[in-house]
Amino acid sequence: MSDATIPSAAVPAAKPSRSGTFAHILYVLRENPVTAISFAMFAFLIGSAVLGPSLVPYDPLATDSVNALQPPSFAHWFGTDNLGRDIFSRVIVATRLDLIISVAAVAMSFVIGSVLGAIAGYRGGWIDIILNRILDTIMAFPLFVLAMGIVAALGNSVANIIYATAIINIPFYARLVRAEVNIRSEAGFTLAAKLAGNSDARVLAFHIFPNALPPMMVQVSLNLGWAILNAAGLSFIGLGVRPPTPEWGIMVAEGANFIVSGEWWIALFPGLWLMLAVFTFNLMGDGLRDIVDPRRRT
Amino acid sequence: MSGRGAAIFNRIAQAIPVVIGVVVISFVLTRALPGDPAVQFAGAAATPESIEQVRQSLGLDKPLPQQFMIYVGQLLRGDLGQSVSTGRSVAEDLAARLPASLELTLTALIMSCLIAIPLGVLAATRPGSWVDQLCRILVTAGVSLPTFFTGIVLIYVFYYLLGIAPSPLGRLDFIYLDPPRVTGFFLIDAAIAGDWETWFGALKQLVLPAITLALFTLAPIARMTRAAMLSALSADYVRTARAAGLGPQKVLYGYAFRNALLPVITTLGMVFSFVLGANVLVEKVFAWPGIGSYAVEALVVSDYAAVQGFVLAMALLFVLLNLIIDLTYSVIDPRFGTSAK
Repeated sequence: MSDATIPSAAVPAAKPSRSGTFAHILYVLRENPVTAISFAMFAFLIGSAVLGPSLVPYDPLATDSVNALQPPSFAHWFGTDNLGRDIFSRVIVATRLDLIISVAAVAMSFVIGSVLGAIAGYRGGWIDIILNRILDTIMAFPLFVLAMGIVAALGNSVANIIYATAIINIPFYARLVRAEVNIRSEAGFTLAAKLAGNSDARVLAFHIFPNALPPMMVQVSLNLGWAILNAAGLSFIGLGVRPPTPEWGIMVAEGANFIVSGEWWIALFPGLWLMLAVFTFNLMGDGLRDIVDPRRRT
Repeated sequence: MSGRGAAIFNRIAQAIPVVIGVVVISFVLTRALPGDPAVQFAGAAATPESIEQVRQSLGLDKPLPQQFMIYVGQLLRGDLGQSVSTGRSVAEDLAARLPASLELTLTALIMSCLIAIPLGVLAATRPGSWVDQLCRILVTAGVSLPTFFTGIVLIYVFYYLLGIAPSPLGRLDFIYLDPPRVTGFFLIDAAIAGDWETWFGALKQLVLPAITLALFTLAPIARMTRAAMLSALSADYVRTARAAGLGPQKVLYGYAFRNALLPVITTLGMVFSFVLGANVLVEKVFAWPGIGSYAVEALVVSDYAAVQGFVLAMALLFVLLNLIIDLTYSVIDPRFGTSAK
């Protein structure tokens, strides 16, 4: 995945050759096949997000009232919903939207959190105090509830779901970066870089910040799973994504009405896919942690 | 003991800036965002006159600092605004529905603590055994399970397939009457009234949503208990206790477990954040008439005051719960307030 960022921290003491890092990654994958599986599942998810819409057998929006509420069969692998739409096609097509929401949200909180955390950790003083107060206040809300409030205030749209999910994730990144930057702000290499005439911004961006990347990658992976759950939860209660659009959370919500009359497949398959995605990101996070930081293995 | 008292006082004082921060964010969410708050507060079916009336009553025509003072003044009087959909004040609505949510959440938390803590302890004392594997599976699966999905699967299995659960519609089947309201907790109220049939009916409705929430909270608690027990068991004081010839039970529960409990209680704070959010989803799935489903209904009809009132109420509840957790800490940890922390 992110070979470029890993070498410096993965084998700090060893010789800086790429083969050492690569061998270490291979070793971790062989040692822990679950990690290898999670990477394979991740590739599958990316594949269905990129290629899915052009490969699925049916149009995810096409209704077919003759074949409504059909259980899974050869023609419809995951069955059809109350409007006769093919659930398999909808589940696969939904991957793209769900991944876009979570990746965009996590990327935003990564960037904003990194900048805020790096400045606060490097400068210290009142900037640090103010940032910590703000982060504490965000964390004082139950995060899902805060996301609901933000979406309600900003307006009910997919973009606002992304903003809300990004805002509730910022504290995790900002705190992580702040801690990593803070312990290095007076380190020997920092002082040397400053002495060599680099500006503060340059030292911060190119000398200190890269050291925070390995733990950040782990956080990103764990966070992606949580962001997907969060976004699906929001659309489950009717925020963001509008009904005909295929999205896992809203599909589970639609299927929930039919579960008491026994049509289990409508809610089950999107729910399973959602679970699979979250599971993949969580496993990958644990695997990345093993690669990035061999000492903290669980 | 004065150090302890001062530390407790300190902790309570620390909650004050957090509450102020929460109120400020809540103010920003309701008044200071782009768009016209008066239109949002007046609801979907508002006329220009009613919008103007809302603007007057909320003081939205005044500068922001003054609006903030009005807002704080209203909060201090317990006024969270008027719900457009129910026609009652939001504070009244929330107060009427809060016991239902608390009953569900607390039952779920007690349930998951009763399962997760022994599981974590067993997993830590027998690393590599089947209990440890079970714990690991539960922990990984638990964090990946969307609560609303677990709830639906449980309904399918226990209501539709097995037929042992009642229909997932609210707190009490319509054949029973609500017990006379004392605390608002149906289980407690029915017990006070001595109406055991209703008590049993309420319990049956409660079991599935509570299990759904409990499954969700199981993972972090079990994970933390296991980790904390493992580190406690490898600590020097446990080795010393063993070397001094204390019995395994005494070492395990008197020494290791009491120390391991501290990080577990800290984790509970984070668990509360998750559980209050998951609560909304579970209430929607089971049509549970708590404040979560109140907020969801309000969202659907753009009942702005109700949603923001709910967000503020949840945040204040969460701050209060965290305070209680930290004060519990002071009871459990005899070192509390003695060290310069």
